[in-house]
Amino acid sequence: MRNTSTKAAVAFATAALAAGTLAGCSSDASSDGSSASGGAEAGGTYTWWDPYPQHEDGSDWANRVQACGDEAGVTIERTAYDTTALTNQLLLSAQEGTAPDVVLLDNPAVSTLADTGAIITMDELGFDTSDIDENLLAAGVVDGVAYGIPIGANTLALYYNQEILDAAGVDPASITDWDSLNAALEAIDGAGSRAITFAGIGTEEGSFQFLPWFWGAGADLTELNSAAGVEAVQLWVDWLDKGWAPQSAIQNSQNTAWEEFLDGKTGFVENGTWQVNSAADAGFETGYITIPAKDGGAAPAPTGGEFVMAPAQSDSARYEVTTKIVECMTTPEGFVETADTFAYYIPPTADGQAAFLEEHPDLSVWVDAVKAAKGRTSDNLGTDYPLISEQLWTAVQAAMSGASSAQDAMDAAQDAAAAATGE
Amino acid sequence: MTTTIGRRATGSGSPTASGDRKGAHARRIHGSPWIAVGFAAPLVIYLIAFYAYPLIRSVDLSVHDYNIRAFVQGNAEFVGLENYVDVIQSDLFPTALWNTFLFVGVSILFQYAIGLALAVFFRNSFRLSGFLRALFLVPWLLPLIVSASTWAWMMNSDSGIINSFLGAFGMEPINWITSPDTALLAVIIANIWLGIPFNLVILYSGLQNIPGEVYEAASLDGAGAWKIFWRITFPLLRPVSAITILLGLVYTLKVVDIVWIMTKGGPANSSLTLAVWSYREAFGTGQPAFSPASAIGNLLIVIALVFGLFYVRLQRREEH
Repeated sequence: MRNTSTKAAVAFATAALAAGTLAGCSSDASSDGSSASGGAEAGGTYTWWDPYPQHEDGSDWANRVQACGDEAGVTIERTAYDTTALTNQLLLSAQEGTAPDVVLLDNPAVSTLADTGAIITMDELGFDTSDIDENLLAAGVVDGVAYGIPIGANTLALYYNQEILDAAGVDPASITDWDSLNAALEAIDGAGSRAITFAGIGTEEGSFQFLPWFWGAGADLTELNSAAGVEAVQLWVDWLDKGWAPQSAIQNSQNTAWEEFLDGKTGFVENGTWQVNSAADAGFETGYITIPAKDGGAAPAPTGGEFVMAPAQSDSARYEVTTKIVECMTTPEGFVETADTFAYYIPPTADGQAAFLEEHPDLSVWVDAVKAAKGRTSDNLGTDYPLISEQLWTAVQAAMSGASSAQDAMDAAQDAAAAATGE
Repeated sequence: MTTTIGRRATGSGSPTASGDRKGAHARRIHGSPWIAVGFAAPLVIYLIAFYAYPLIRSVDLSVHDYNIRAFVQGNAEFVGLENYVDVIQSDLFPTALWNTFLFVGVSILFQYAIGLALAVFFRNSFRLSGFLRALFLVPWLLPLIVSASTWAWMMNSDSGIINSFLGAFGMEPINWITSPDTALLAVIIANIWLGIPFNLVILYSGLQNIPGEVYEAASLDGAGAWKIFWRITFPLLRPVSAITILLGLVYTLKVVDIVWIMTKGGPANSSLTLAVWSYREAFGTGQPAFSPASAIGNLLIVIALVFGLFYVRLQRREEH
């Protein structure tokens, strides 16, 4: 009796399971079938990777990506990683031959990736890149060939807290070179506020923040320990020694530096275009100026921002649709739309900039700054840049933390960089 | 207590015996050695896929020159031990080795000492002792990113709570994570805090296995608390202590996350350990260098292995 009931139970459970599996199968099959048939008409699914995990499915950005797919008649499957993870995933997938159709990646990584042969040229996709501002395209050019198109560009400037500057009697318009900047910082310090903060973290962000001062002094990345280069390091070291900048600047990321500024107790902060909205929402009045070069004028700030690229596929027939998707992101209207979707990504073409300024005439300072900006991998540094950059941020940290003098730190950095790039 | 042990011993004897008998019976029916292979296969496949292969791959990475291009195209040049030689001759190697030694040594010393003190303290059950013990496990439960970021905030030079506490007593602020003199100390302090729960839990359970009669006898003989600790608790806890320290050593050798989140190994490499160095080579820069990274990683494995063998030797001597 017990036996039969157990058997019955088992039989029932098996049947239920089978039914469940069948149901699962059938529903799967139907959804698969519909998407497959839909795909057959429209060209299937295309994969898209980008470094914006903060923009989830359903966000403006995700919708914009899908819209580009709809326009090309395909479904786009978007995956977002953070920048470092994206680079690693991309290398792994390139090794395994499962790379995505389209990828957006931070500009200093483009030349490294191009060097692997894992991405195809814009020429192969049928794009003419001559319209794009040369300084912005430079990061994607290796040996005269473009491997990607910037979908927009951002750069650095000095934001200020109007109230603190007023209290210290500083007129931001008077800051045109390092001397006038230092005078302003001294006045703010004298008025009892913290003068300036920035990000000196030991990663690429640290180099990114330091470069406007380095280039603004007239230094060159191929000679880190030049007098101008050392002078730029000394500028930051002095700010810390005089107490104008907080000790925490040594380990600050750009976000942390911005948070410090938002406290409302700091006069200046070095930060990027992407904070424009946040600055407008701050509890005090803010403004921004371009970073001054040592002897006056705007210092060349490094360009930031992502490039759109197409990894190599075994099935080259896919490139046709890939071209349409990339095109959707790189028309003047496309650039402006990207600029609006993100917090102000300046379009990289003259047409795009004109259309953008029509909508946001108040942001002309940023357009000028982007035009004056300089690619980190340009000057034909290419894949050497990451090696030099690592030594640069290490040296800047060493000097600021007092581990060694500015001159010694940069001498050591130059030796190490030469050894690393000489291979 | 003694009776329980006795009963457990006899109890464990009989099932094994009957099991053997049953096993012999089964072997007679299904005698094929393939059955044995079949039963072993899942484990063997698992071991190969998840232990042997990664290890071989790591060695493989370290004896080739995998730059990014070679990594993608899979045509890395064989360079033998060159990566190891480069790593060992690097200016950073002595710094990283010494930092690793300090990081591991100081961390374990304090983790063990504090963990043991707490375990002994909690041995005497008192009101709320369970609750308090649970509180000490908090560092274990928090995601590392949370605890490491929190430590970094607390140790912030300008607005950290530790410096404002020091300031309240009229002391000078310390640039915990921004000064090359204290960065390593800062990450060690955070790591000690993280490791205490592990030591507490294992040592506490070790204490439970020391029979209460021994303590009773000792106190009847008039031994004081201090004497009881050094003559009874500590010696009887030795096997548990050894394994705790060994596990702690292996864990601490490979710590990357807490250092990476707090200081990135900086400033000026002052808190760079071998594990952090390996991570930085592979993932911390714009130019991943997998071969040197895996060479450093393999050196770490060797160091851990040396201590493991040392432990096995120690244990064997104990048994004899």
